[in-house]
Amino acid sequence: MEESAATQARVECVESRVVLEARQVSKCYELDEIEVHALREVDLEVCEGQMLAVMGPSGSGKSTLMHMIGLLDRPTTGNVVVEGVDVSRMSPNELAAVRNKRIGFVFQSFNLLPRTSAQANVELPLIYAGVSLLKRASMARASLERVGLGDRLGHYSSQLSGGQQQRVAIARALVTAPSIVLADEPTGNLDSRSGIEVMSILQDLNRQGITIVIVTHDDGVARHAERVVHMLDGRIVHDELVENRTLAEDRMRELDAEEEAAQ
Amino acid sequence: MKFFESFRIALRALNANKVRSALTMLGVIIGVSAVILLVAIGTGVQHEVTGSIEGLGSNLIFAFPGNVEEGGGGSFSVTRQFSLDDAALLERRLGSKDLVVPIIQSPATLKVGNRELRTTIAAANENGDEVFTADYLGGRGYRRSDVSASARVVVLGSTVRDDLFPYVDPVGKSIDINGQQFTVIGHLAAQGGSLTGDQDNQVYMPVTTAQRLLGTRDIGAIVVKADDPADVNLLQRRIKQILRPKFGNEFSVFTQEETLGILTQLLGTLTVMLAGIAGISLLVGGIGIMNIMLVSVSERTREIGIRKAVGAKTYDIMSQFVIEAVVLSVLGGGVGIGLGWSGAAALTRWVPTEVTWWAVALAFFFSAAVGIFFGVYPAYRASRLDPIEALRYE
Ligand SMILES: Nc1ncnc2c1ncn2[C@@H]1O[C@H](COP(=O)(O)OP(=O)(O)OP(=O)(O)O)[C@@H](O)[C@H]1O
Ligand SMILES: [Mg+2]
Repeated sequence: MEESAATQARVECVESRVVLEARQVSKCYELDEIEVHALREVDLEVCEGQMLAVMGPSGSGKSTLMHMIGLLDRPTTGNVVVEGVDVSRMSPNELAAVRNKRIGFVFQSFNLLPRTSAQANVELPLIYAGVSLLKRASMARASLERVGLGDRLGHYSSQLSGGQQQRVAIARALVTAPSIVLADEPTGNLDSRSGIEVMSILQDLNRQGITIVIVTHDDGVARHAERVVHMLDGRIVHDELVENRTLAEDRMRELDAEEEAAQ
Repeated sequence: MKFFESFRIALRALNANKVRSALTMLGVIIGVSAVILLVAIGTGVQHEVTGSIEGLGSNLIFAFPGNVEEGGGGSFSVTRQFSLDDAALLERRLGSKDLVVPIIQSPATLKVGNRELRTTIAAANENGDEVFTADYLGGRGYRRSDVSASARVVVLGSTVRDDLFPYVDPVGKSIDINGQQFTVIGHLAAQGGSLTGDQDNQVYMPVTTAQRLLGTRDIGAIVVKADDPADVNLLQRRIKQILRPKFGNEFSVFTQEETLGILTQLLGTLTVMLAGIAGISLLVGGIGIMNIMLVSVSERTREIGIRKAVGAKTYDIMSQFVIEAVVLSVLGGGVGIGLGWSGAAALTRWVPTEVTWWAVALAFFFSAAVGIFFGVYPAYRASRLDPIEALRYE
């Protein structure tokens, strides 16, 4: 363990600037006087336009790291820097504004508002961004069309499949045109076809210049990224560039062929 | 602009949670309408009774046998009843302008053909109309000559007339009271309840006739009407002086003001009791509101987490929840006031009711306060959590 931490390779941003940075970030939970170190002095730089996967076994601190760099939670020690600005001293309301403008989230458990239409869910970040009513509606529609749900605007979450709900969540993450999208196990609750569709959308977004961080414990999913960071026990133990990156479109074509053959 | 947006968010959230919204409103509605209705009944009864006594004029003095003060409460034993001689004594000793009216009230059974009715006899002398306010619809009242002759004549209250003679003019008709034949000489307009009972459900006759009918030489009470209201207290003292040699302490004399005071006290207790019941319903409604709000906290906390994750500020969250709670409370309160008010109006057929503004205000503000507090307080706590803690809340 000592050794792997010491020999950890670090991928540096060569051609582009750093959009997200964790500096010596630790997170410590105290449960019944027992300290749980979810993160131990993690350093991470995410480059602009990069698609990064965070891998690791259950309990290794992946989600915790995502919450820190997504400004959903505060580190016990260490700093988080977003586009060159240290957010440690920001008030909760200032953090909310940064999340609203810069960061989109996709959660493993969707986190859509219940009994609320897909369109209203997608409009939510725009309301808090102060976008006018009419503009909001057309932006939400465009965003839902982008994830292939143009015909499901009025459906409630309960009337959508898991894959469709996750795509609504992606549309919500996209609608404010953030520079960063953070996705925690975005395919975790989905069958393989829906999973591939979601990955295809994320790769597509990345191609358009959005920085993407995916948290996953699935190597197959991680291989869709350009770079993979491996975590173990609250530390980053390995950091590598992906060779022969998987393209979701190719896998979709393979899947179509398989299903045709089966019939 | 920002407020308008919060309003839209709040209405949308209420709409998305129709059942919860409806149940919360129901709590407010029950509390508010119960308080308004019960207090309206209490106040209505109180005012009608005291009002009808006041309507008699402020110059009446009532003398009863038995010592009310010592007996305490009303269950006092009467050792000696008044008789017509006592009334005559008073008449002789008091000023000639002050009217003395002996009174008897007693239950009786009336029969006309095969119709039968249980009602009350109210008997007095020729000045009886000064005590039992009378508004003749037809015929006449009994006169001095009827009193001295113990004539078997009777005047019908409006309910009695409507029951026994629904389609015909009763004047001149004969009627059976406790087995004796009477002639109807007049009938009255409807007047409502009063100190002397439901005046419409009574029959009126000379006091001497009633004594003969009931087989007694006693009378129930003596009412004295002062010619000048300013003399009432003086007159009360004189009456006591006149009656003391014969009755000692075994009689009571009240001015109208004192009677009113006793009654107001009695009826005030009734109102307080009803208000207490109303308070309990308010509490039950409040607990209902509280339950629903607290049960929905976990779902709402997750909602707050979602909203904060996508950029809602503390102000956005709080204004949404305050507006939600205010809208529910005001709507529920409004419906409750409407329901309580129309309920009170509908009940006037059976009970006098009077809606009081303080009951409306109290009920409304209490329910609103409960609704707003339990709507806003959990939201306030949740809005201070980090978004991820709110999202994880169970
Ligand atoms: N709110 C909390 N209170 C206490 N301990 C926590 C809390 N959140 C996370 N932890 C602990 O921190 C460690 C890392 O949790 P984290 O959720 O980041 O793991 P993960 O890598 O995302 O795992 P998984 O793949 O199962 O989602 C775990 O040991 C967990 O028990
Ligand atoms: Mg996780």
